[in-house]
Amino acid sequence: MIQRLFKNKSAMISLLVTIVIYILVIVLVSAGLLSRQLTSIIIPVCVNVMLAVSLCLIVGFLGELTLGHAGFMSIGAYTGALITLNATALPAPVSFGLALIAGGLVAGIFGVLIGVPVLRLRGDYLAIVTLGFGEIIKSIINSLKLTNGAAGLSDIPKYATYKQFTLVYIIMILMILLITNLVNSRHGRAISSIRDNYIAAEATGIPVSKFKVIAFVISAVFAGISGVIYAHNVGILKPGNFDYNRSIEVLVMVVLGGMGNIKGSIIAAVILTLLPEVLRGLDDYRMLMYAIVLITMMIFNNSTLKNRMFKRKSKAVEKEGA
Amino acid sequence: MNVLNSIIEQLINGLRTGSIYALIALGYTMVYGIAKMINFAHGDIIMVGAYVLYLFVTLLHIPVIPAVLITILSCAVIGVVIEKVAYKPLRKAQPLAVLITAIGVSFFLQNLIQIIFGATPIPFGSIINIPAIRLGSITISGITIVTLSVTTICMIALTWFINKTRAGRAMRAVSEDKGAAELMGINVNGTISLTFFIGSALAAVAGILFICQYESLKPTLGALPGIKAFVAAVLGGIGSIPGAMLGGILLGLIESLSKAYISTQLSDAIVFGVLVIVLLVKPTGLLGKQRREKV
Amino acid sequence: MALLEVKKLGISFGGLRAVDDLTMSIEDGSLVGLIGPNGAGKTTVFNMLTGVYSPTNGKIELDGKNIIGMKPNQICEAGIARTFQNIRLFSKMSVLDNVKIALHNQVYYSLLEGFLHIGAYHKKEEAMNAKAMEILKVFDLQEQADYKASNLPYGKQRKLEIARALATNPKLLLLDEPAAGMNPNETAELMKTIELVRKKFKVTILLIEHDMKLVAGICEYLYVLNFGTLLTSGAPEEVLHDKRVVTAYLGED
Repeated sequence: MIQRLFKNKSAMISLLVTIVIYILVIVLVSAGLLSRQLTSIIIPVCVNVMLAVSLCLIVGFLGELTLGHAGFMSIGAYTGALITLNATALPAPVSFGLALIAGGLVAGIFGVLIGVPVLRLRGDYLAIVTLGFGEIIKSIINSLKLTNGAAGLSDIPKYATYKQFTLVYIIMILMILLITNLVNSRHGRAISSIRDNYIAAEATGIPVSKFKVIAFVISAVFAGISGVIYAHNVGILKPGNFDYNRSIEVLVMVVLGGMGNIKGSIIAAVILTLLPEVLRGLDDYRMLMYAIVLITMMIFNNSTLKNRMFKRKSKAVEKEGA
Repeated sequence: MNVLNSIIEQLINGLRTGSIYALIALGYTMVYGIAKMINFAHGDIIMVGAYVLYLFVTLLHIPVIPAVLITILSCAVIGVVIEKVAYKPLRKAQPLAVLITAIGVSFFLQNLIQIIFGATPIPFGSIINIPAIRLGSITISGITIVTLSVTTICMIALTWFINKTRAGRAMRAVSEDKGAAELMGINVNGTISLTFFIGSALAAVAGILFICQYESLKPTLGALPGIKAFVAAVLGGIGSIPGAMLGGILLGLIESLSKAYISTQLSDAIVFGVLVIVLLVKPTGLLGKQRREKV
Repeated sequence: MALLEVKKLGISFGGLRAVDDLTMSIEDGSLVGLIGPNGAGKTTVFNMLTGVYSPTNGKIELDGKNIIGMKPNQICEAGIARTFQNIRLFSKMSVLDNVKIALHNQVYYSLLEGFLHIGAYHKKEEAMNAKAMEILKVFDLQEQADYKASNLPYGKQRKLEIARALATNPKLLLLDEPAAGMNPNETAELMKTIELVRKKFKVTILLIEHDMKLVAGICEYLYVLNFGTLLTSGAPEEVLHDKRVVTAYLGED
């Protein structure tokens, strides 16, 4: 397998970039060259990258809009937090590991429960129903005793601060790798074919419903794991953290990255997490700017301007994924 | 006797809420029928209408009736502008792109209002000062009377417009077959603009009635009624005007009875449940036409 | 027993009886045409054969097995592949990927192997690439393997659709107006391609067509549909000169 790696140029470059970034961050942090503001944002960047890449699978590759992504994040976050808060007898790495697994698993189970009935719908209807589920999940968390309702959970052990960057980075890279691999496999092609023409996909032997659920569940699991890391980074969870605005934020990253473009989603996630920190003064206008980004990206994507700009690429295929 | 009274009161409440949903649903259904898209931002026009009314009445002290008229007109114009700027460029694009843009517009409206007016809820005194009526042991509030009358008038007016005027016929033609309508000399762009004009005007009316009932403004006030009205439109059959009216009233009744006899929190979940059930069992809704995708 | 047996097939949409009392028998290895004026219900028949529509009554049997009630992807696995009246390619994917998708059910590796690119992944992907290129070569599309499917010229897009359908290894291939939008040269080329496909892939073909030259040129047997019912059937020479058929087309040739 290593030999295969060396043969593949773009994989080599990706590996190189991955290692360089890692070393860069480690060096900057240990040399104390980053302000407190910037060190505290390292893990949130990773979390957003994971959220964006997992949503990209659905919006970019399956071609469906889901507006409840934050809901899966919250399920994972709360599950993970409840485990680490209660498993005080276990050593930290074990309880955190359990939290990660459980967070992903429970989010995945909800992905199945919601996905199976709902994924038969398409387009606008699917979007609205997922929006509804996102709100319902928030509502339930808000009223459950287990999750401490509106007060939320606090004093969650901080197992995912910048000091644990290595662990989080590895998880993030793994997630990116898994999704990139998936997209370049027969299952990934099946998922993309549903986006391009679901009628033709079915006629060509692809079980559309099954793959929609598979994509949805994978995305939910990864969102759940991101949630666990988020919870153990900020130490506090409130139902309001995972609202419609959050889902839209992640959507903007995927759209800005160019739908169906994993690298784009990563870069957009990094930029859109760093930018608000840098542009603190414009915080009020952030959501408004996101809205404008969504609208202009869509119009630009579909305009003749774009076609003229990228005319030389028109014959060659724009390869998907990494 | 008391049980009967309370049921009747709930039914009247349901009719009132339902007629507001019906007004909003009409906007959804007309836009869907003619522009073949779900205007996700439609619910937020309601919110804009409420704030604009607040602006004119409370901040600018314009007398009630002119203020109401200007509010309706402003929202109608805003609707047309949104269509021209955000939706028209995407007429030939994939549905997903239009959907994302509509969400962008919705988000834009919410946040723009929030920047201008702030996120804190603003109290607003109802401008409707009609006394309540007593029918036996049941009291019908002034607001309810006005809401029911206004919505009934609007629905009758809209039905007349669609069926008896030239512009209305043009709208029906475009919703049947855009290409053929164009070839027949119908101004498709103008018709679509008119659709957004009327739909947004109705949303403004709904917003005014809504704010007089609930008397508190916040930037997200349009989101939930908007979604519920969408469910109503789907329930009645998306694309069907009588369907929107029927769906709206039905949903209002379902919601009112759920709130009273099951639970307020669950009533929202029940509304979504209705949507899922309708879409899984009879996607064309109660009065909708069977639209087969050409294979 | 014929490969495809259709017995008294019918479907109603609301009050409209779109297809009524249709009986067809397609022999293994034959090339049969389904013709009739526009709106006769031909594509509706295809849609019933491929599970897109559910017939109201009648029977459809492939190799003796009933296929009514099966989902389109199951019918594809059972051995029926199709092309569409309005080309339905996977427009954003490459030409090669369009064919590789069709191999989904024939070349297997697990989801885990797909995630990690381990185990059978590389071998099977190479096998898929090879098989897909082989098929593309038959249609002279191998040079454009990396092109985005929507960037191909119209004629090649139609060929790609047929290539994709054949990649599913079907027993029965349904072609819905394959010559639509083609000039006489392209049509002649298509006729040669269809003959080649028959020989190379040993597949039974049922096609819908309006181009009578093509129909007369390659079909061994014809079914004529009009207003959803079978008008007549038989060898092309007889059917195409049948007065009723000519009238149905209202002088169309």
